Amino acid sequence: MAKILRVDMGAESAAFEEVPDKYRFARGRWLTSSLVVDEVQPTCHPLGPSNKLIFSPGIVTGTTAPTSARISVGGKSPLTGGIKESNAGTKFATMQARLGIAGIVIQGQPKNGSQYVLHIDKDGARLLPEDGLRGLGTYATTDALIGKYGNVGVCCIGPAGEMRMAMAGICFNDLENRASRYSGRGGLGAVMGSKGLKAIVVNSRGAPAVPIANKDLFEMGRKKLTSALRSHDITKPKGGLNTYGTAVLVNMLNEAGGLPTRNFSRGRFEKAADIAGEAIFEGNKARLGKELYNHACSPGCIIQCSNTWHSEDGSEAVSCIEYETVWAFGPDCEIGDLDVIGRLTWLCNDIGIDTIEAGGTVAVAMEGGVIPFGDGQGAIGLLEEVRKGTPLGHIIGAGAAVTGKVFGVVRVPVVKGQSMPAYDPRVVKGIGVTYATSTMGADHTAGYTIAPEILGVSGKVDSFDVKKAELSRNFQTTTAFIDSIGHCLFIAFAILDFPEGFEGMIEECNGVLGTNWMAEDVGRIGAEILARERDFNKGAGFTSADDRLPEFMKYEPLPPHNEVWNVSDEELDAVHGGLASR
Amino acid sequence: MHINVKVFATLRRYLPEERAKGAFDLEVPDGASLEDVVRLLGLPAGEVKVTFVNGRTEALSYRLREDDEVGIFPPLAGG
Repeated sequence: MAKILRVDMGAESAAFEEVPDKYRFARGRWLTSSLVVDEVQPTCHPLGPSNKLIFSPGIVTGTTAPTSARISVGGKSPLTGGIKESNAGTKFATMQARLGIAGIVIQGQPKNGSQYVLHIDKDGARLLPEDGLRGLGTYATTDALIGKYGNVGVCCIGPAGEMRMAMAGICFNDLENRASRYSGRGGLGAVMGSKGLKAIVVNSRGAPAVPIANKDLFEMGRKKLTSALRSHDITKPKGGLNTYGTAVLVNMLNEAGGLPTRNFSRGRFEKAADIAGEAIFEGNKARLGKELYNHACSPGCIIQCSNTWHSEDGSEAVSCIEYETVWAFGPDCEIGDLDVIGRLTWLCNDIGIDTIEAGGTVAVAMEGGVIPFGDGQGAIGLLEEVRKGTPLGHIIGAGAAVTGKVFGVVRVPVVKGQSMPAYDPRVVKGIGVTYATSTMGADHTAGYTIAPEILGVSGKVDSFDVKKAELSRNFQTTTAFIDSIGHCLFIAFAILDFPEGFEGMIEECNGVLGTNWMAEDVGRIGAEILARERDFNKGAGFTSADDRLPEFMKYEPLPPHNEVWNVSDEELDAVHGGLASR
Repeated sequence: MHINVKVFATLRRYLPEERAKGAFDLEVPDGASLEDVVRLLGLPAGEVKVTFVNGRTEALSYRLREDDEVGIFPPLAGG
């Protein structure tokens, strides 16, 4: 029987309880959002005693389902002031799942600034005071814990989280035990820091397999999904993602004229080709003397999209440089040097901050005159300020909206206080609808309409067409479901094109849970999750005025296409207005 | 007529080095389509997924004009 581990930081207690029957199927984002809605006052201070931090692996996590080692982390976001879920791919997920822990709930606060490490294994859970990791970066913290406890699952915060900065993320270890897999968006690292929790160590040695209600059905689904992943051109071995990783999108968005450049003032970057996925592949080839294909971040991943960037001397500089990261520090800041971008990535990993928010904030700081655009060393200097916790560091660490306000910048590309990712809404209108209407703030994965709008996956739609409410809604609801099952969102590329893969995903869930879900239940469950999240946000004070893009995008045309944001408010309000009420 | 072409990612392996590393000029018959260009360059049609002309996605049947800028991509995705 699955359990919830409830940890009270004030009482220094860690105790198990049964998962409430109404949540017997809910995992991942479904569980984290449900518990946040049930247990957290939407008006609470996100860094105060009433917020909670919840960790939940997905429905099929810990089984042999391919590419399913995802863990969701949820709470009230110090960045947006609304509900937040962000997920990571990591062995921590499979280990927590095998220990039968549906959710870890961290609540309360220590009385006197103490720090702790939570230890979980098959014998139980222990919350132990730990002062020896205070102030350490995530690389040193992870190394210390792996060194002491062996090949375990580790999550930790860096100095940014300890200082409760709103762009702080939670860092999980990858298959090689690097500190590099992030629950990045929305500042949940600051929540963890506000609770005095420096790290969690999970060890599933000796734990049984994840229970499966109908093994034959599960196996049938697993085979279908595996086959879809192995045959789709994007997800297959030596396919797009395995060869070039996500950074391969730099050249495509540049070609489309939708690559946000110089703080969202242009749609193309003249040095795009120097920092794209192809350049990473070729650069590694030149420095290593051989072609390097990408690797899995977590157990059981067969897509294997994570890259590793190498320095001139052939040593590993950082893993990994995702599209969002290379864009945020590259085109958005007008930095065209992969070694500088690699260094900035490593610093974000170590300091414990979200690379999208960090790059977006540095670009706003550049707009505000703090350092010039293109100043790579200056950008590195700003991140060092964050690490040291200087007043400027705290400003940057608070994110783009705050930094923009402090320096009097108008061109601040955020929604609900969260920085926009690497697609300009003036060129790709559907992703703009997602940015505006997602419960998460400006978030691309929440409803990745880029698939049909740019990539030709799941059909092909005109990116400039303004009627995108239904498209965004469908992507948002499907994504909320996928965020709950433990599969990496990248299975979407295969299952949206191959119906058998979609069927397989549902059969896996029915196999594990003993449910009888059909295709319609994917949208139904996703819609329920979103409705619950929207209720929370409403309680936190959000209205439809918060489901809008920044004003500057309505009057600043984006070269080369010179489009403005012209999706109507009615279209935006139709996204959730079109969902059946709960 | 003259067009300018860029080929990306895994499709580069079908081109000689000068054409694989950046934009190149190409002479094509008047009224040539994107499909004609793909064939001219020796790219397997089944591996071409997204084609841009002057920054907008166009179908392979699109008929090109003088000085059009073409970008040719295989199936790709990201986050």
